Amino acid sequence: MSGTTPPAETSAKIQAETGNGSREWRGVAAENQDELSEQVSFLLRSRSRRLLGELLRPYRRKIVLLVAIIVTCNVASLAIPYLVKVGIDAGIPPMVAGAGPGTLVTVVSAILAAAVIQLVTRQIFLRMAGRIGQSILLELRRRVFRHFQRLSLSFHDDYTSGRVVSRLTSDIDAISEMLQSGFDDLVTAVLTLVGTAVLLLVLDVHLGVVALLPLPVLALFTNWFRRQSSIIYRRTREAVALVIVHFVESMAGMRAVQAFRREPRNQTIFAQLNADYRAANLRGSQLIAVFSPGVKLIGNVTVAAVLFYGGMLAIQGGVTVGVLAAFLLYVRQFYEPMQEISQFYNTFQSAGAALEKLSGVLQERPSVAEPGAPVILERPRGRVEFQHVEFSYLDGTPVLPRLDLVVPAGQTVALVGTTGAGKTTLAKLVARFYDPVAGRVLLDGIDLRDLGEESRHAAIVLVTQENFLFSGSVADNIRFGRPGASMTDVMAAARSIGADAFVSALPEGYDTQVGKQGGRLSAGQRQLVAFARAFLADPAVLILDEATSSLDVAGERLVQRAMQTILADRTALIIAHRLSTVEIADRVLVMDGGRIVEDGPPGELVGRAGRYAGLHRAWLDSISDHRDLPG
Amino acid sequence: MPPDTSDTEISDTETESRTRPSPPLPRLRGARSLWRLRSYLRPYATRLVLVWVPAFAAVGIGITIPLIGREIIDGPVARGDSEALLPLALLALGLGMAEALLVFLRRWLLADAVLGLETSIRDDFYSHLQRLPMGFHASWQSGQLLSRATTDLSAIRRFLGFGLLFLVLVTVQIVTVTGLLLRMYWPLGLLVVVSAVPIVLTSLHFERRYILISRRVQDEQGDLATVVEESAAGIRTIKAFGRGRHVSGIFEEGAVKIYGTSMEKVRLSARFFTFLEVIPNITLALVLLLGALAVGSGTLTLGTLVAFATLMLQLVWPISALGFILTAGQEAMTAADRVMEVLDTEPEIVGGTRVIERPRGHLRFEGAGFRFPGATEPVLHDIWLEVRPGETVAVVGATGSGKTTLTSLVPRLYDVSTGRITIDGVDVRDLPLPELRSLVATAFEEPTLFSMSVRENLTLGRYDATEEEIATALRIAQAGFAYELPWGLETRIGEQGMSLSGGQRQRLALARAVLSRPRILVLDDTLSALDVETEALVEQALRHVLREATGIVVAHRASTVLLADRVALLLDGTIAHVGRHHELMASVPEYRALLSADPDAEEARL
Repeated sequence: MSGTTPPAETSAKIQAETGNGSREWRGVAAENQDELSEQVSFLLRSRSRRLLGELLRPYRRKIVLLVAIIVTCNVASLAIPYLVKVGIDAGIPPMVAGAGPGTLVTVVSAILAAAVIQLVTRQIFLRMAGRIGQSILLELRRRVFRHFQRLSLSFHDDYTSGRVVSRLTSDIDAISEMLQSGFDDLVTAVLTLVGTAVLLLVLDVHLGVVALLPLPVLALFTNWFRRQSSIIYRRTREAVALVIVHFVESMAGMRAVQAFRREPRNQTIFAQLNADYRAANLRGSQLIAVFSPGVKLIGNVTVAAVLFYGGMLAIQGGVTVGVLAAFLLYVRQFYEPMQEISQFYNTFQSAGAALEKLSGVLQERPSVAEPGAPVILERPRGRVEFQHVEFSYLDGTPVLPRLDLVVPAGQTVALVGTTGAGKTTLAKLVARFYDPVAGRVLLDGIDLRDLGEESRHAAIVLVTQENFLFSGSVADNIRFGRPGASMTDVMAAARSIGADAFVSALPEGYDTQVGKQGGRLSAGQRQLVAFARAFLADPAVLILDEATSSLDVAGERLVQRAMQTILADRTALIIAHRLSTVEIADRVLVMDGGRIVEDGPPGELVGRAGRYAGLHRAWLDSISDHRDLPG
Repeated sequence: MPPDTSDTEISDTETESRTRPSPPLPRLRGARSLWRLRSYLRPYATRLVLVWVPAFAAVGIGITIPLIGREIIDGPVARGDSEALLPLALLALGLGMAEALLVFLRRWLLADAVLGLETSIRDDFYSHLQRLPMGFHASWQSGQLLSRATTDLSAIRRFLGFGLLFLVLVTVQIVTVTGLLLRMYWPLGLLVVVSAVPIVLTSLHFERRYILISRRVQDEQGDLATVVEESAAGIRTIKAFGRGRHVSGIFEEGAVKIYGTSMEKVRLSARFFTFLEVIPNITLALVLLLGALAVGSGTLTLGTLVAFATLMLQLVWPISALGFILTAGQEAMTAADRVMEVLDTEPEIVGGTRVIERPRGHLRFEGAGFRFPGATEPVLHDIWLEVRPGETVAVVGATGSGKTTLTSLVPRLYDVSTGRITIDGVDVRDLPLPELRSLVATAFEEPTLFSMSVRENLTLGRYDATEEEIATALRIAQAGFAYELPWGLETRIGEQGMSLSGGQRQRLALARAVLSRPRILVLDDTLSALDVETEALVEQALRHVLREATGIVVAHRASTVLLADRVALLLDGTIAHVGRHHELMASVPEYRALLSADPDAEEARL
């Protein structure tokens, strides 16, 4: 279920604006600027224009050629009714008079020639335009995806994955829609419109003026329609987005829905959303029900006017029958494109909005920038040092006021402290998910900011509790740690951390598909896979942030035993709420408010009357076998 | 992309499903499914009958207008009779206005009816899904259901609203105009008929290929969307291992594949649409040649020739649209079948009628067993367990031992395969479902939060809860943070709102369960994501709640087990031991292995 991430944030604002109280169940969420700015002026913002320019630049010459081709094609197509006129006026009289069909044959050959030119040019145009459009899409997809991958985590923390997905699906689709049909339709429509108008005037000025007289009315009418339809279009999209969100969440959360007898309330809400959607859709259908016959009306009135006035002129000898026939043919195809132009506006609107959003994303700079001249670390040893490091998140709350710390290579350090003490931040600074605000983080004496990306990733791996599994087999997921690894290596890694037993017990062993986001494995099993993955990566510095929290006691114990071997020859930072993990550490750091308040080997700290000793006692209590029920 | 844009709707903006389409069905079955939906049209019956009047009238007028042109050219113009011109022109004007009005009536009448149909089916579809048991939902992806509720219903609406009507109208129009052309001058009429043959054949052929290739593009886009989804959701893992390039490579592969297929689609439609435009032009040239010869020999009037050409061009769209309409019809049938497939699924779990006057919450498993449909081995068998009112029993077992399944049986999210479960001596299957599920509340390990306000999420089971009750529940669950959110309890959370940590989510789920004041409270490893201090606080508060209710606590850790009076150990699908925690610790090695923090315990077991 992707591609359907709707601009749901907007509804809160709309609700606030309309004071619609019947939606209070939705709650309030922060307004989201980039989802809101759907109104796009024809002049895109400069960043979008620049992006568009960059995307089109490689095809400059081809586009010029394309324009020439499409003009030729339309001229050929417009010439045909004119040739019919010539045929009637110049070809028939000689034949009625008994002369040969010479002129007629020439005219017919000309029509056939025009048809062939149209055939060839149109074919070339559609293919060329299609190729350029698809190449641009490919390039855009590439750019945006790679850019998302490059952007730092601080960006991804704010920009939810749902929004990333909608940038790369629905926004790209909107642009694709415009490139595929919208653009072609527009060009053809405009050329037909202009060409026909010119031809009508050339054929006969007076009759031409009469035929074109309704044009301003049509223009106003189309403009009215365009404005209405873009409002309705937006309303419909918002309405359907809410239907989809509610539907999907109800289905995904059916267990909770049924367990808590939520069905009637859900039905009420769904019926309301569904009715809103219907109302929005109905407005759309009704608008079309007015617009489409409206254009037809204008067209038909024009035909009647041409018949009358043209007939008058013909009787007076002002125009020939051929001209009259050509007018009837032209007027018919004159009003058709109007409908297409009005349709195009919606396509343009969404494509423009999409381009604005994409160019906005591309404008973002990674806050963790890659160094210009990266230092390459061939054989990392794993000495980690914090020099006067300060860190605060975007809103300014300091997380680490000032930190100095040296972790010698090979040491296993446990970080202990309450939630919010800064343990995870410290870990993330080592993995360079963020850069410190002041001071430096060094690996083997090299500032992380100077270290090449590849070297850094090879040296430092962070395993968190949100161990993500990608769809694919268990082996694929373990191999993610080292893409080139052989099956033997994969299995060895699994064995080392004690995951071998459960993997082998799976229906297809290592080839078992883990399902969407690892859904077929339990939380504990997912964690073991993530662990094996980290082990296979074989980094000099391994950071475990709550990595064992989902394991049951047996599983945790299994991992702990394995860890003693895994951690033996590498630097390790371990964050754990449950102190069982701490026992294997060489050194414990107790953190509080971003500072290290206690530092020493676990055995020693237990003996002191400090925080660690307190935590340790509490932990012993919590796992105690002998505590009786209080009260 | 049908050539007639006036009949595409601006309102059609449903998101395309990214699920694989079902293979085409035998046409008869699809047609039957579509026919079965007719009852939804009943409220609009009169309107649906009436709509044919303007529809046919408009087609008739559309054909007549060119004929007036002929009358004018052959009559007043040929004779130089300007007197006769005005009435004919006025007739053309009147008919032209009437046609527009009729088209308006047709569209206006139909719009409400077909949208009504779509909306009612969707409401019923949703309602039916809510009735279907977890067994059904576990085997269906929500994306699959969504595509039925949106894409498929729209396909049905489009066909019934436009396709079906147009199919008839277009057929009538083609037959009438062709007949007219043949009558006007049969050699030319024959020429038109002959030239229509390649258009019809190519259209039909093209439609099929176009749909196939479009589906392929859709599938590939779906696959690519999955890559994007994973790369976005797993960005931390990707960054932690520095696998950006690896993932970009996978994405690239998918994007290039889409490029290739899209180009195939471009080439296909370029060929077809060019063809569609050129054949009529060539025919026009031939009509002109032969027509002019006929006019020259006096067998045809000039006016007829002009009318002939106009009418002939009128045929182009209907003929080429025929293929699209037929395809739309086929899709509507497939869609109807997919919708009916769900609507035809009978809910296996339905409530009984017995009512417990004064429920105390005395829970008994009497030889209960459970087997997933299609599985050979039962997950649970011969479960005998009694939990008295006010008592709490912890369920302990290894990962995958069926603890969660066991708790799901009580509120009948699944039904027992053998044996029975009773509350106060009444089989749970004899109780009405709302009744049963108000007696039992579960706080799940993986809490489900909806994109709604905190309040709405909390009052899931009790919409009428008072402010104090909510406050109490939040206090017990140590979820006071909810008041600190930007808009307090009105803050939207879940996928589309504020994101909460695992621990926060679990605490809200716990508060939700507590708030529904159940006789039987099930805690399915609800505290696993909490840190030690918070867990201790929650447990302390829970003791009071559990004293008043019957409790089942699924536990991984000794600290949670200690909430219970007794412990039941699940081993090999059944309850192997029941006793107090320290008794089991002392006497059951398997239990010790599961719960002891002391590594040597396992040694003792082996």
